[in-house]
Amino acid sequence: MHWLNWADFFNMGGYAFYVWLSFGMSALSLSYEVIALRNRRRRALRLSRLLAQG
Amino acid sequence: MHINWFKYSTPQTFYPLAGRMLPWFFGLAVMFGLAGLYVSLALAPTDFQQGEAYRIIFVHVPAAWMSMLIYIIMAAWAGLGLALNARLPAMMAQALAPTGALFTVLALLTGSLWGKPMWGAWWVWDARLTSELILLFLYIGFIALQSSIADPRRADRAGALLALVGVVNVPIIYFSVKWWNTLHQGASINMTNAPTMATTMLIGMLLMTLALWMYTIAVALLRVRCIMLERERSSAWVQILYEVQALPELNTMPGAKT
Amino acid sequence: MNQAFFLLLKRDLKLALRKRADLATSLFFFVIVASLFPLAIGPEVAVLSIIAPGVLWVAALLASMLSLTRLFASDLVDGSLEQLLLAPQPLAWLLLAKILAHWLTCALPLVLLAPLIGLQYALASNVLAVLTLSLLLGTPALSLIGAIGAALTLGVRGSGLLVALLVLPLYIPLLIFGADAVAASQHGMSATAQLSLLAAGSLLALVLAPVATAAALRISVE
Repeated sequence: MHWLNWADFFNMGGYAFYVWLSFGMSALSLSYEVIALRNRRRRALRLSRLLAQG
Repeated sequence: MHINWFKYSTPQTFYPLAGRMLPWFFGLAVMFGLAGLYVSLALAPTDFQQGEAYRIIFVHVPAAWMSMLIYIIMAAWAGLGLALNARLPAMMAQALAPTGALFTVLALLTGSLWGKPMWGAWWVWDARLTSELILLFLYIGFIALQSSIADPRRADRAGALLALVGVVNVPIIYFSVKWWNTLHQGASINMTNAPTMATTMLIGMLLMTLALWMYTIAVALLRVRCIMLERERSSAWVQILYEVQALPELNTMPGAKT
Repeated sequence: MNQAFFLLLKRDLKLALRKRADLATSLFFFVIVASLFPLAIGPEVAVLSIIAPGVLWVAALLASMLSLTRLFASDLVDGSLEQLLLAPQPLAWLLLAKILAHWLTCALPLVLLAPLIGLQYALASNVLAVLTLSLLLGTPALSLIGAIGAALTLGVRGSGLLVALLVLPLYIPLLIFGADAVAASQHGMSATAQLSLLAAGSLLALVLAPVATAAALRISVE
């Protein structure tokens, strides 16, 4: 383990903004992609149901 | 032993297979991701020159590698669809494109966030970042072309041709950008500034790349299932799907039949 | 086969020359864009001579791209494009005739006008020669690659902008070598390497692009 305590870990040697923004942005966009796909799937299924019933 | 290679080559047969594979690839992505994050954020030592900011490479480089890999794989699927005149490979190419574009954008943004503390500028025109930018243009062109053509089969084929032309051009573009970059060596900024990397750092990058790779496959499978549901909506095999027939929680319209 | 090639070439040239206004617009677009930069940046000769290679090449690139939609549009409308697809001669060969006609009427005037525009940027005569040569060697590739884009976006709404989006990334290598050829000659260095690469690009496009354009046309005209 490289870090001695949590404070140092979050501080990232002074580069907290850049490092955490990079990792955070990546995590957020990947989550967004999955959520958007879930919604797309739900929409497609709903439309297929309407078509199957109608 | 007789292997039927084409058993899963139609949307109808691939759809359930993709559904079964999905959770495994998401699981692998999470596994590699957690391991990679641990190595890159907690285990890897500090870089002598760049301090802690260098840790951005653990997202920047995997994203960049994947963006290039996805383009090649996308073009391969598209070419297969063109050669076999089949829908499923074309749908796979269509499914991969947005993820590839997303990784390209991430590579550019994280590259920017790395460049600012290191070299004081939000953007540097170094050969790799510039090539990455051009790759983004190629992705956007592919997505724009496919969404602007109404007929789905024509969109498939036109996109496939564009992807193949793009893939042929990528080495030419990369070579010309490297040439351009060596000419204007005002700033000798080289973002590949990690000549001797500690083994831990390499392991971290490898794990993160694998995580993104598994994620890409999972998301592509998820997206291709959506594409199939959308494009094959009126066909019988979609209409008799369990999800379409039976799940009441999807039914949010009042008064509709269950 | 040769007869069909030359007949098609003559036909396209004749049709293009009937609409001389169209040809003039791409030419004037080139002139206007080249004039915008001194207006935007200022007339200091030192600055202009630095930006000249890039600006002139980008202006030529954009002007030749503007004319791409004209390549197949009128033939699609009057039905002759479908006849072309049904012809017994190889489609790629026939398309080469069309692209050649397009280059002769849209790009060649640009190449010939470039030295005059280069004078506005106070370029020396040897630099102007390299500029003209670089455009002469590079514009065939621009027309050939552009034809693929025009064929892919045939009949699509907003195809003018879409073609730009598709084709400009592919133009970038040509832009780099072309502008660098001019810049090299400005510094008294030989531009042979860059010019050779431009020629190589055009030759490669000459071999591959008509085939790709033919495939794209067949995809677009079902």
